[in-house]
Amino acid sequence: MTKVNMNVNGKAVSGDVPDETLLSQFLRETLRLTGTHIGCDTSQCGACVVHVNGQAVKSCSTLAVSLDGADVMTIEGLANGELHPMQAAFNDNHGLQCGFCTPGMIMSGVDMVARYKAEGKDLTSDAIRAELEGNICRCTGYHNIVKSIEDAAAKM
Amino acid sequence: MSTKIGDRVKRKEDKRFTTGKGKYTDDVRNDNQAYAAFVRSPHAHASVKGIDISGAMAMDGVIDVLNGTQLTGDGIGNIICGWAITSKDGTPMKMGAWSALATEKVRYVGDAVAVVIAETQALARIAAEAVEVDYEILPVVASTTAAMKDGAVTIHDCAPDNQIYDWELGDEAATDAGLAAATHVTTLDLTNNRLSPNPMEPRSAIATYDDAEEHYTLYTTSQNPHVARLVLSAFYQVAPENKLRVIAPDVGGGFGAKIYIYPEEITCLWASMKTNRSVKWTSDRSEAFMTDAHGRDHVTTAKMGFDADGKITGFKIDTVANIGAYMSLFSSSVPTYLYAPLMSGQYDIQNIHCNVRTYYTNTVPVDAYRGAGRPEATYVVERMMETAAREMGLDPAELRRRNFIQSFPHQTPVLMAYDAGDFPKILEMAQETADVAGFATRKAEAASRGKLRGIGYSTFIEACGLAPSKAAGSLGAGVGLWESAEVRVNPVGSIEVLTGSHSHGQGHETTFAQIVADRFDIPVESVSIVHGDTDKVQFGMGTYGSRSAPVGMSAVVKAMDKVEAKVKKIAAHALEASEDDIVIEGGQVKVAGTDKAMGWHEVGLAAYIAHNLPDGMEPGLKETAFFDPVNFSFPSGAFICEVEVDPETGKTEIVQFTAADDFGTIINPMIVEGQVHGGVTQGIGQALLEQVVYDDDGQLLTGSYMDYTMPRAADVPFYHVEHHETPSPNNPLGVKGCGEAGAIGSPPAVINAITDAIGNNDLAMPATPQAVWRAIQAASKSVAAE
Repeated sequence: MTKVNMNVNGKAVSGDVPDETLLSQFLRETLRLTGTHIGCDTSQCGACVVHVNGQAVKSCSTLAVSLDGADVMTIEGLANGELHPMQAAFNDNHGLQCGFCTPGMIMSGVDMVARYKAEGKDLTSDAIRAELEGNICRCTGYHNIVKSIEDAAAKM
Repeated sequence: MSTKIGDRVKRKEDKRFTTGKGKYTDDVRNDNQAYAAFVRSPHAHASVKGIDISGAMAMDGVIDVLNGTQLTGDGIGNIICGWAITSKDGTPMKMGAWSALATEKVRYVGDAVAVVIAETQALARIAAEAVEVDYEILPVVASTTAAMKDGAVTIHDCAPDNQIYDWELGDEAATDAGLAAATHVTTLDLTNNRLSPNPMEPRSAIATYDDAEEHYTLYTTSQNPHVARLVLSAFYQVAPENKLRVIAPDVGGGFGAKIYIYPEEITCLWASMKTNRSVKWTSDRSEAFMTDAHGRDHVTTAKMGFDADGKITGFKIDTVANIGAYMSLFSSSVPTYLYAPLMSGQYDIQNIHCNVRTYYTNTVPVDAYRGAGRPEATYVVERMMETAAREMGLDPAELRRRNFIQSFPHQTPVLMAYDAGDFPKILEMAQETADVAGFATRKAEAASRGKLRGIGYSTFIEACGLAPSKAAGSLGAGVGLWESAEVRVNPVGSIEVLTGSHSHGQGHETTFAQIVADRFDIPVESVSIVHGDTDKVQFGMGTYGSRSAPVGMSAVVKAMDKVEAKVKKIAAHALEASEDDIVIEGGQVKVAGTDKAMGWHEVGLAAYIAHNLPDGMEPGLKETAFFDPVNFSFPSGAFICEVEVDPETGKTEIVQFTAADDFGTIINPMIVEGQVHGGVTQGIGQALLEQVVYDDDGQLLTGSYMDYTMPRAADVPFYHVEHHETPSPNNPLGVKGCGEAGAIGSPPAVINAITDAIGNNDLAMPATPQAVWRAIQAASKSVAAE
């Protein structure tokens, strides 16, 4: 067991966890932040995407103990009093059905909009589709997810 | 903003999902939680000679290791198939025994032989690795081709040649005569590729036994928690129904894979009693590929005859379907009654004969996956139509038009009585939206870039709204397929609707509320939908077969009829008017043509205060209804796909996809369009990307997202979705169901487009770049040979 300290959604947290504990497990089991989902075991589905030090990361591919002192943002920390524009856009554009992939989609969406804005690049629908290579949805056919991210990008 | 029938009401349930507050089964953790891990066979076919649990039991934190002999010894029954099919020689289907934990034999890779219960999930998995099973490996049949061979190893003793049934529908002699009279006969050999449904939430079960009450609670990822309770009680003898509560909370997609009651749920329930612990199991994706029921897996030869005018004279289909190692809950019905009755498609065909043989193989069970039988039928019909048109030198749309059914109701020769539709109109809508007139220009432009552009059609019909109970029963179903609803008006006028339908992405919390808001003219926010808990909702048959709207909503309408009648009686009494003069509008219950009115909430309050009710009226305002449909509903559609193929690499790009659908009355177009987008994407997945592969030894080669290609965002385009509404006369809302159309209609449209582009009709799904490239080479060779 190793003690790990993080800042998660703006709060200092700590836990004693086995060294093999993944960040996804630490969030779900230790902190009981169950909005981060596990949809595969090969780091491909993206349901577990969170932000670590401001960057989108698949939390199933990172050991919790490697992130001592990190700033982590999960889907639960995204709304600040009111819904984040990306969360609102998913509702406005019917960007979700069963909701299981949604937290990862939203966290990836926020990250890609921020990166494209920082680099001064245009986030076209083709670019959104390419960026979503690591996020799988089985319900929506991506049509309304792409629309949601386009919509949010215009408002962020 | 209006929130009535036909409005694009934003989903009420979204906030919890977009903020991470959804509650899925794996999010539940009980006090005293223990974890299950299954010991699974690495062999596709083997005798179990012994199980040594000593190594696992010696580990700290291992609570128990349980096996199939203990399970059957405690009286837990075998898993059953709930639809009896009779072979054409009159013999019943041959259903082999399926124990939740295998006892003497394992029959597919992943078949569970034991379960470890431990303090943590990680420990349970490590301990499962330490259980030593002595297997005697047997020969394997991993495909229907292998299973049918003379001398093939027997998987179940009750089916010595592995055949489960040899079934037919339609008049073979008349069909043969129709084919003999044809001036042109098209023949195709078609494979419907095996798929894994892959809802993004893996299956999960948490069972808790209360020894004081002798009561079980099961949280599970189910599309139909009441069916689960019924089957667990009546057939598996886990517990009587009043001692078993099944809760399916937020469920992350189903697509058929979460209809069935799997070995894991049964085992967790039983193990919670054995260990007196709450027992939790959550599948990982690898386990899902190995154990979730697969879909499709048909091999078919079809012949379609035409007269000189291009009218169909006969259609004969011979199909071999893979059932897998055991007969799953609806497995027998999928390649029979959900398949052959759709062979008439949208066409007036007098003579149809369909023969289906099913076989056991050493693979995971095959059952319903989005569309269930209807995609397989549509693929056959629509590949035939397109190919026949090309062979006869006719425009594929024109050949379809010549054969369209024009009047309704229409009785086909394969059981179905179509309710309503306008097939020419929908095809015309699709052609306009897809700008078929401009295709030649687009094709020429693509050619200038070195690309092969093709166009493909699919005009299809489904049978949804499963199903009239009596008819289903006469065809072998073990259950009725009605739905129930309870409408509770609270004293303040807010409404709870309890439904046996289950939402796992379909948006029922919004659409079901819309039909209530529409009926009683109250805000949609005043209506809450309760589902997914057998302690709250009395009974229900769940959600599959696009049945929630045509059957589930119809039950709500029936219950609302009763509520409305009582509301009118209460208001008429209080307002000293005739019931016939009472109208409900604008949040009020009024006497028509007067200013006498009560607020909607005042009627609710009056019903519960009960100070001033008509003589003899019971207090309260709550009504229940069961709706049993009189017929299936028949959604139809016309899909047009345009592709560009790179002849150098064989890679296909879907450049345009148009879906024009007739779903009858539409409750919420936004949600209906979402269902079409998702369904079409799964169909494109089947057509281009997805394929479950077992090797000859029965080893699963596509066991993860590394090997099984799921459609990604860049694989699909934005879709053009159109609607034309011909209401179904068979239910009060006129709805037909929209959940499966996309997956049913799209695969043949995609393949027809690719075969058009490359000039070779001989192309199987999935049309991977390699497969398409080979088909292009074959076509150019045959041209060279000519």
